[in-house]
Amino acid sequence: MTATEASPVPEQRSAEATTVLDRVRATGIAIPFAALFITLSIASSSFLTKVNLLNILDQQSATLIIAAAGTLVLVAGGIDLSVGAIYALAGVTAAEIAQHSPSALAIFVGVCVGLAVGLVNGLVVTRLRINALIATLAMSFVVAGIATLVTHGNLVVLFEHPEFGDLARTQVLTVKTSIWIAVVIVAVIGVFLARTTAGRYMYASGGNSEAARLAGVRVDAIRVLTFVVSGGAAGLAGVIDASRVLSAQSSSGDTLAFTVLAGIVVGGTSILGGEGAVWRTVLGVLFIALIGNGYDLLGLDPLYEQITLGVILLLAVAADAWARQRRS
Amino acid sequence: MAGLAESRPHIELADVSKHFGAVRALDSVSLTVARGSIHALVGENGAGKSTLGRIVAGVFAPDGGRVLLDGEEIVLRSPREALERGVAAIAQELNVVPQLSVADNVFLGTEPRRGGFVARRALRRRYRELASSAGFELPAAAPAGRLRPGEQQQVEILRALSRNAELIVMDEPTASLSRDETARLHGIVRALARDGRTVLLVSHFLREVLELADTVTVLRDGQVVRTSPAAQETEDSLIQAMLGRPLTSAFPDRREPAADAPPALTVSDLRAPGIDGVSFTVRRGEIVGLAGLVGAGRTELARAIFGAERVQSGEVVLGDGRSPSGGPRGSLRSGLAMIPESRKEQGLLLERSVTENVTLASLPEVSRYGFVRRRAERRRAREILDRADVRAASYGARMGSLSGGNQQKVLFARMLLCGPAMLIADEPTRGVDVGAKRAIYDLLVTLAGEGMGVLVISSELEEVLGLAHRVLVMRAGRITGELTGDQMTESAVLAAAFAA
Repeated sequence: MTATEASPVPEQRSAEATTVLDRVRATGIAIPFAALFITLSIASSSFLTKVNLLNILDQQSATLIIAAAGTLVLVAGGIDLSVGAIYALAGVTAAEIAQHSPSALAIFVGVCVGLAVGLVNGLVVTRLRINALIATLAMSFVVAGIATLVTHGNLVVLFEHPEFGDLARTQVLTVKTSIWIAVVIVAVIGVFLARTTAGRYMYASGGNSEAARLAGVRVDAIRVLTFVVSGGAAGLAGVIDASRVLSAQSSSGDTLAFTVLAGIVVGGTSILGGEGAVWRTVLGVLFIALIGNGYDLLGLDPLYEQITLGVILLLAVAADAWARQRRS
Repeated sequence: MAGLAESRPHIELADVSKHFGAVRALDSVSLTVARGSIHALVGENGAGKSTLGRIVAGVFAPDGGRVLLDGEEIVLRSPREALERGVAAIAQELNVVPQLSVADNVFLGTEPRRGGFVARRALRRRYRELASSAGFELPAAAPAGRLRPGEQQQVEILRALSRNAELIVMDEPTASLSRDETARLHGIVRALARDGRTVLLVSHFLREVLELADTVTVLRDGQVVRTSPAAQETEDSLIQAMLGRPLTSAFPDRREPAADAPPALTVSDLRAPGIDGVSFTVRRGEIVGLAGLVGAGRTELARAIFGAERVQSGEVVLGDGRSPSGGPRGSLRSGLAMIPESRKEQGLLLERSVTENVTLASLPEVSRYGFVRRRAERRRAREILDRADVRAASYGARMGSLSGGNQQKVLFARMLLCGPAMLIADEPTRGVDVGAKRAIYDLLVTLAGEGMGVLVISSELEEVLGLAHRVLVMRAGRITGELTGDQMTESAVLAAAFAA
């Protein structure tokens, strides 16, 4: 029994093998992303234009924010499937409030709704010891139901309150604020994960929770924090999109959780926790967006777009599993 | 019939070897087990007895050598193949499906079927026949998960019998049984042999071995010391054979702690799961060894003291008179550190860098406003890693790319960065090569020399005796012996560890 655990492998060989592999992995999504970007630039004259690129970013701003925060959740060993529902609830709540109150209050309440649901998620997962996948799936039904209650199933329209659109639609240096907000939030979350002690503890909690606990890390508190950040980001994203299109409805986030998860995983963050980075997620989300954009610009049958996406997702997960197996 | 059967070999191993990585678990082991006999394998932890049992049961394939069953050479690639040849194993960890009934568990995978459906009535009938022929009284319809460990074991034995197993390998079958259950199992084992079945018994309970077995094989460091009739052995003779070698001087000189050294750790009547009222003191500058068999409660004790496991009652007081609270985090802050038993499961982040692994427990010290100051972090890490003699391509290398010994030293470095006054090291040299072992010994002795209290848990007797100023021996959650000075001999430790 003791013998199975003891295996000092010949060191040099395994070290070399892993560094080559690690280098390929480290670049990961960057190479396919660059390849796709260049291909589209050549294949379509309208791809590499400011209008098109800013359009993509504007459309992806909500997804980028949620996915950046979702990266923290995955790194710390969790998963959050409730972000789509939170996004919808925050959007409709803010839109309802904006009907008769200042925009600032609407935005504030929308984000707070997200933070609150995130806190509940975190406590359910850590205190009640319920699997994060199931807990947040259940939460997504509850939250989506509340969103429908808020709107009575109707589209909330804000065309008479265009000032609410200022949040996302103001042009600063010829770029919309939706993009600016996404850039700032993503950068802040990225630095948070890569540079702070809390970020370090996220990697530790997801990579080996028992080791982290024995090293004095408050693993549960760290996990709760990731869910709160994820919920808050989903709330903000919902508010931004409501502001972008000056309307909100309770069903708007139905597939968002999976789009976000796909982006994170395609970027190379492991669903098993302990590995990943926000910049990877940004490239992963944009990679998927570029594929959609490519299908539009090249006039390809959009039927194949989903199939392409599915295959890419499988490849990304397979690459992760393969790399892990090689190392252990 | 018995006399005739005994002379016939049932299974023979010829020059069988098995490696795990660089560790040699079995080295040219040859063994002949007579048909219808109870053959026991004994040895220290890590001597290779379980590995040998698992090779016979088809769990591991040997790297070299031959296995002959009834004189015919065979290759067992899996427990399933072994079963097809009449060899079954009852493992240390019981394998019943808790939700299924006793009868369903017994016939799991070999249910009587009719047209793809389980023939339930036939299954019940066959279960009754089998149970009565074995003399077991288990409720056929009860979920197996509700049974006590001894009864679950009987389910496994019935399963083996239902497949017509003729050779049954039992690995520490009585380790988790009560006294009554143990007595009943002994009766069952004897009955199996009477029916002409062969039992290969892996056990570290020497009294049990001497009572039950016809033949005993003693293993040490993966080699056979001797095989002899049990009637010719005594507990003392077996212990002698298990140890066999003199203490080597692989250990650094230790300085005796000052006679009036104050305590670094005082544990009073500690009770926790697996720990039944333990009291002891470790003085500053003293290395106390904690010996005992696997399952004696040593790791449980370490974890309870460190706050990794909930304590039911009792007190842990450190040198400054304070009791740490708030789990591992609180302990580390109070100056109590622990290096866990399994570095991979409980210690390391294998995917992260060496530096990150080292600073994990003391990150705030190299941070400002919640941000890690990476240059300060690297500097602190380098200092402590150099001191712990960690050898890596670079300290930015992935943790998993280091050798076992260096990984272990990284865990030492992590704890040292917390500046503890008391250090508990659980199996600090497990799976570590000889050179790294010596480096770890040196480190422990140096730390004690600087005034740290050290508690070393080890399954290697040599190590405990070579390092410690004083040895505590545990058995069944209690301290059953305290040895100092000339009393610190391997046989004294083993006598206390095996004490009933």
